Amino acid sequence: MDAKVLLSGNEAIARASYEAGVLVACAYPGTPSTEILENITRYKEIDASWAPNEKVALEVGIGASFGGARAIVTMKHVGVNVAADPLFTLSYTGVRGGLVLVTADDPELHSSQNEQDNRNFAKFAKVPMFEPSDSQEALDFTKLAFAVSEQFDTPVFLRSTTRISHSKSVVNIAERPQEIPQPKLSRDPAKLVMLPGNARKRHVVVEQRIKDLEEWSCSQPFNRIEDGAGEVGVITSGVSYQYVKEILPEADVLKIGMVYPLPRQLIRDFAARNHQTLYVIEELDPFIEEQIRAMGIKVVGKEKLSLCGELTPGRLQQGLFGGSVATEDTSAELPQRPPNMCPGCPHRGIFMELNRAKAYVTGDIGCYTLGFMPPLSAMDTCVCMGASIGNATGISKVLSAEEQRKVVAVIGDSTFLHTGINGLMDMVYNQSTATVIILDNRITAMTGRQENPASGYTLSEQPTYQVDLEQLCRAVGVKNVRIIDPYNISLTRKTIREEMARPEVSVIISSRPCVLVPRDNLERRSPLYVDHDKCTGCQACLRLGCPAITWDSDKKKSNIDKIICVGCKVCQQTCGFDAFQEYGDQS
Amino acid sequence: MSKTTNILLAGVGGQGILLASEVLSEVVLLAGLDVKKNEIHGMSQRGGSVVSHVRYGEKVYSSIIPEGEVDILFSFEMLETCRYLPLLRPNGRVVMNDWKIAPPSVALGKQPYPADLAETIRLQHPSTTVVNGLELALAAGNSKTVNTVLLGALSQTLDFDPQLWQTALRKMIPERLLEVNLKAFALGCGEH
Repeated sequence: MDAKVLLSGNEAIARASYEAGVLVACAYPGTPSTEILENITRYKEIDASWAPNEKVALEVGIGASFGGARAIVTMKHVGVNVAADPLFTLSYTGVRGGLVLVTADDPELHSSQNEQDNRNFAKFAKVPMFEPSDSQEALDFTKLAFAVSEQFDTPVFLRSTTRISHSKSVVNIAERPQEIPQPKLSRDPAKLVMLPGNARKRHVVVEQRIKDLEEWSCSQPFNRIEDGAGEVGVITSGVSYQYVKEILPEADVLKIGMVYPLPRQLIRDFAARNHQTLYVIEELDPFIEEQIRAMGIKVVGKEKLSLCGELTPGRLQQGLFGGSVATEDTSAELPQRPPNMCPGCPHRGIFMELNRAKAYVTGDIGCYTLGFMPPLSAMDTCVCMGASIGNATGISKVLSAEEQRKVVAVIGDSTFLHTGINGLMDMVYNQSTATVIILDNRITAMTGRQENPASGYTLSEQPTYQVDLEQLCRAVGVKNVRIIDPYNISLTRKTIREEMARPEVSVIISSRPCVLVPRDNLERRSPLYVDHDKCTGCQACLRLGCPAITWDSDKKKSNIDKIICVGCKVCQQTCGFDAFQEYGDQS
Repeated sequence: MSKTTNILLAGVGGQGILLASEVLSEVVLLAGLDVKKNEIHGMSQRGGSVVSHVRYGEKVYSSIIPEGEVDILFSFEMLETCRYLPLLRPNGRVVMNDWKIAPPSVALGKQPYPADLAETIRLQHPSTTVVNGLELALAAGNSKTVNTVLLGALSQTLDFDPQLWQTALRKMIPERLLEVNLKAFALGCGEH
């Protein structure tokens, strides 16, 4: 069956995994990569799972490959930092079944803490990398990557970016091979046991492999020249290619499909056309440009285009030819609309209380990073997944006893299991004094509600063992573990203040499911309303920053939007005048 | 049709913008044209400002609409209409929902919701279509069909065979919600 469908880049990568006969898919969720695994669950032939972090995900993929199966492992750009340890040695071992590692980069930091350019990882780890420029190429290059992985005995990167992963375009789909051979054990310790004696020999293989790949790729159709008028030449790849076609429709284009290793002979041949100007057009780092300059070829690149942010047609036009770029209205009179925690979010009361306790909050990656936003304004640091706990330990080392008490690490359940648990071991082992709050909403919420080892369900929504966070904390040596319901504000306040004052490690587990997970929220609650006879206009409730609570500037009273209020009653507990009422109370 | 048509959908997370852009893209695909659509997921969904780009024609390259080349600004909320108005071509059209959602600074009483937005927009773009999405959605029988009402209004400014819209809606909308959505679409088209 061949058919034309509209797929996102992520859906196309999932489809390609099916068509390529993949047997194992593993990932940790992260925007913009998350939907790849979610879509792979449509294909029952593939064993798809969430791992606790990207390092484990890659290790599972490597195991499947060593067993002889094709495996795909997906993550966001910063996830590759976590998976870098197995990655660099996997480059030496090579594969048995084809292994493709998808890195979904996020130029413009739409939903990330940095905008690192993971093409650098390909060069650093000596792993070939394909870069698609639309959904059709996302599908074609993923399938190709599996073939290359097996042909050249190497893991292969597929690099997507937000605009590839989350754009939909027309794709021709095909079927999965009828028969996939049953993988079986095969021992090859000289290749797979990376002791120094073996690894030294494998390094030689790796260097030769990159040379072979480069030579081969010069004659492959994924690196292609599109003839234009001949005056201007452009070397480009990925999504940048699309902007080049918009802004420089007359140019000769060398479109590079495999960005590492670069097809240097093809580049020399293209440069020999002696264009009036030869551009290298790429987002973020001058990855292609620097290598071409090192070949002694004169090109125009990053002196025209920014190292920061993503390219767009307008930004490319402006970089090459000047002028201005139309942008959305950012004037002060037009109120901004930043993201906010949902109405009824169990994190909200915690951050209000942390703010009131004047805590110094080392934060982490998740929905709760929004605790930074006013009026909650209760986050002082946010570095990477799991960093909150180590950061709290480190900062406590250098503070006076009095200031040490202010230090509170805040981390979600999924992030805690990702890499926070190691920090907690260190905190206890090295006798820190800080307080840790685990915001246990039993889901990986920010990326769109994915299961994790503390949620009790697998990626395919099968019930499974649920990590007992309290027992886990006790097992690493935390003596003071307290579990609270964050909807109970007086208990939350009391517990936070007591544990901050305690001069040893303590963990508070804030236990309340995400309001967006229907499975855990069977109890429907009535929305509240504000009794304007009782409301004094003190604005205490506004300190919650709940989207359901609005201020009536004329009446000087608060109101509740009953369409979006979920009846968590946290606001009721902030009110000293009993103005927040349930509809049932109305007499 | 040689030129690419650029439609920018704008609104607030949770208003059903992504489903609307899916339906629109499906209509284009059914019409046999090339189409690309693009939006940002993740952090921006948490009640933030949301846009979706839909581009179609014989051959589409960039999935992002070149800045300032929006042909139709299709907006679900008035403040968001204003925010993205500078991206519209000088002779572009606005199809917009007559609806206000207070952003945090307004909800907290720190800033007023700008007054007279509809008039400001009409002055700049006289051909603006303003739809009372909620009223028509309620008339159809479900307040959550505002996005389908708005699609109906949009369909009146585009050249696609009405049958394609019906086919796309039937394909994209779950069976149990289909009837109310078809009614909402018809009301958005101006059929009573």
